[in-house]
Amino acid sequence: MEVPANKKIEMLETMILSRKFSDSLAELCRIERKIPGMMILSTGQEAVGSGVCAALEPEDVIITNHRSHNHLLAKGADPRELMAEIFCKKTGCNKGKSGTLHLAVPEVNAPCTTTVVGGTLPIAVGQAFAQQYKNEPRVTVCFFGDGAANEGSFHEALNLAALWQLPVIFGCENNLYAGAQRYEEHTRVQDMARRAEAYDMPGVTVDGNYAPEVYRAAREARQLALEGRGPTLIECKTYRCRGHGESDPQHYQPGDEIRAWQEKCPIPRLGDELVSLGVIPSERIKEMESLAEKIVENAVRFAEESPYPEPHEALEDVYV
Amino acid sequence: MQVMQKLGMGQAVNQALREEMRRDPRVFIAGEGVGVSIHVNPMFPTHGLLEEFGPGRVKDTPVSEAAIAGLAVGAAEAGLRPVVEIMFNPFFTLASDMIVNHAAKLRYLSGGKSTFPLVVRIKSGAGFGAGCQHSHNLEAWAAHCPGLKVVMPSTPADAKGLLKSSIRDGNPVIFIEHMGLYFAPMPVPEEEYLTPLGKADIKREGRNLTVVTWSGMLGVAMGAAEMLSREGIETEIVDLRTLAPLDKETILNSVAKTGRLIVLHEATRTGGFAGEIAAVVMEEGFKHLKAPLRRVTGPDIPVPASPPLEQFYIPDENDLVRAAKEIF
Ligand SMILES: Cc1ncc(C[n+]2csc(CCOP(=O)(O)OP(=O)(O)O)c2C)c(N)n1
Repeated sequence: MEVPANKKIEMLETMILSRKFSDSLAELCRIERKIPGMMILSTGQEAVGSGVCAALEPEDVIITNHRSHNHLLAKGADPRELMAEIFCKKTGCNKGKSGTLHLAVPEVNAPCTTTVVGGTLPIAVGQAFAQQYKNEPRVTVCFFGDGAANEGSFHEALNLAALWQLPVIFGCENNLYAGAQRYEEHTRVQDMARRAEAYDMPGVTVDGNYAPEVYRAAREARQLALEGRGPTLIECKTYRCRGHGESDPQHYQPGDEIRAWQEKCPIPRLGDELVSLGVIPSERIKEMESLAEKIVENAVRFAEESPYPEPHEALEDVYV
Repeated sequence: MQVMQKLGMGQAVNQALREEMRRDPRVFIAGEGVGVSIHVNPMFPTHGLLEEFGPGRVKDTPVSEAAIAGLAVGAAEAGLRPVVEIMFNPFFTLASDMIVNHAAKLRYLSGGKSTFPLVVRIKSGAGFGAGCQHSHNLEAWAAHCPGLKVVMPSTPADAKGLLKSSIRDGNPVIFIEHMGLYFAPMPVPEEEYLTPLGKADIKREGRNLTVVTWSGMLGVAMGAAEMLSREGIETEIVDLRTLAPLDKETILNSVAKTGRLIVLHEATRTGGFAGEIAAVVMEEGFKHLKAPLRRVTGPDIPVPASPPLEQFYIPDENDLVRAAKEIF
């Protein structure tokens, strides 16, 4: 399948936005400590969320995890509301109830985010079941890490989705680490995608640092799902360039490993390709960068200037 | 003479683990990052254990709570002394089939023939801006399961002695550590000692009001007791230390002395363990009460992330003082 040029440009844009967004959060955590809670970023992994979401239509659903910012931005969430929520402000997309870890943006069909590892998969199965039940031409993607594939929920969800041929895409973001445990310290099988065989569904391993390849796999899986041919497991091999969270000094990640993967950064990789193939002029990338910078600056300002919720608002939103 | 050291609760837990692992080769630990951790911080409970005891006894596991808990159940019956870690209290739910349906019940089902001497250490507590999927206190769930012991220390010194007793106990023990206590060093005896399970501890004596509490709320109780003392109300603080088995005697004796009771916990209110203590006192100590008892607890909401909301959630000294004034 040819990946359309406009899609490649879209992926580059969302990756650049996502990178600016996380760079700014990393900086705020480091020097200013303005943001409560844990800060978990996707730096270096942007091709996964950007590639998958470019392959989706607005009506498709994503269910994402603790490392959600890139997925949500790529799905079209408002950076200002995300940033304000990450700052735990009243104007955040979840009124300060979530903070950075459980950002829910139903407006873009990202109705819930869970930080319980492995939680995204069964929920996605439920969403896909509803889509099948109502005969809707749309699909659900769940994102999860390589670590999550060792929770029981992974296996139960894959089996059920395959059994009922549900329109769901299991998006495994294999960034080589689960906390401080390197992949081979928690999993024996070399490619996580091979586990798909056990449930009799297609399993593909793609270069998770090359957005067009992620796009292609997701688009094909979406097509299968829409045709009633069930779920697909896509394993995107990528790398966690920063610590698990911003307070993690990465003492267990070899420096040359980090540098080698930084060399494979998905953003220049796609950007250079588009420029060298003459799809866009190099100035266009500069424009994308300065636009992203403005968006992020604006979001941070909005978040900083916004008030915190009033204490008693804690009591709201428990029940309908 | 007792030689004292100043340790946070994580360090005290660490010392208990070290002592027990040195003493008993059957003791091993397992969990997510108990060996190689993202934290390089001596205040954390398993810091440095891999270096001392090696990967055969300090087992880093996949992110698989059901398997971690099941590992403990199976290995305990087979003669080892597992001490496994669940990273945050809400992830107890993923381990709970093995703990609730198995660890708690299999001895009984065997007619007392099989035993399951294991410890599940759980990090807990609000106050970190991490939100409800990391901060939900579920001790009442565990205490609701006959067959489990539930321990919640409030000081580093207690944590050391209680964990050592838990490891030597013949039963499954749920050992819940409030992370807020990891970073507040307090005196801990250097020597080896055991603190018995099932015994509450009077952390402050007083004759007008009994406050029963545990874990991270002890500090709040102590602070409020100072404030009340300035107004002439002398508070006795009963630190439960163990929820199951419950030391009714210490609670009832204190209420008999003071005639007034407040139960304080960080967990949410409805179905919280304060209700159990209130019921015990109503059933067995009603005649001593001079006023209705009170509960001071988190409200019935998931713990919100935003700092002012989270502060609203966590009970504080003023909440306790206000409740006390209602019953004088
Ligand atoms: C059920 C559960 N167990 C443990 C944790 C703590 N935890 C948060 S992220 C994480 C590692 C997850 O690794 P992976 O799924 O590979 O995702 P990554 O962080 O690498 O994106 C762990 C153990 C959790 N949030 N939920």
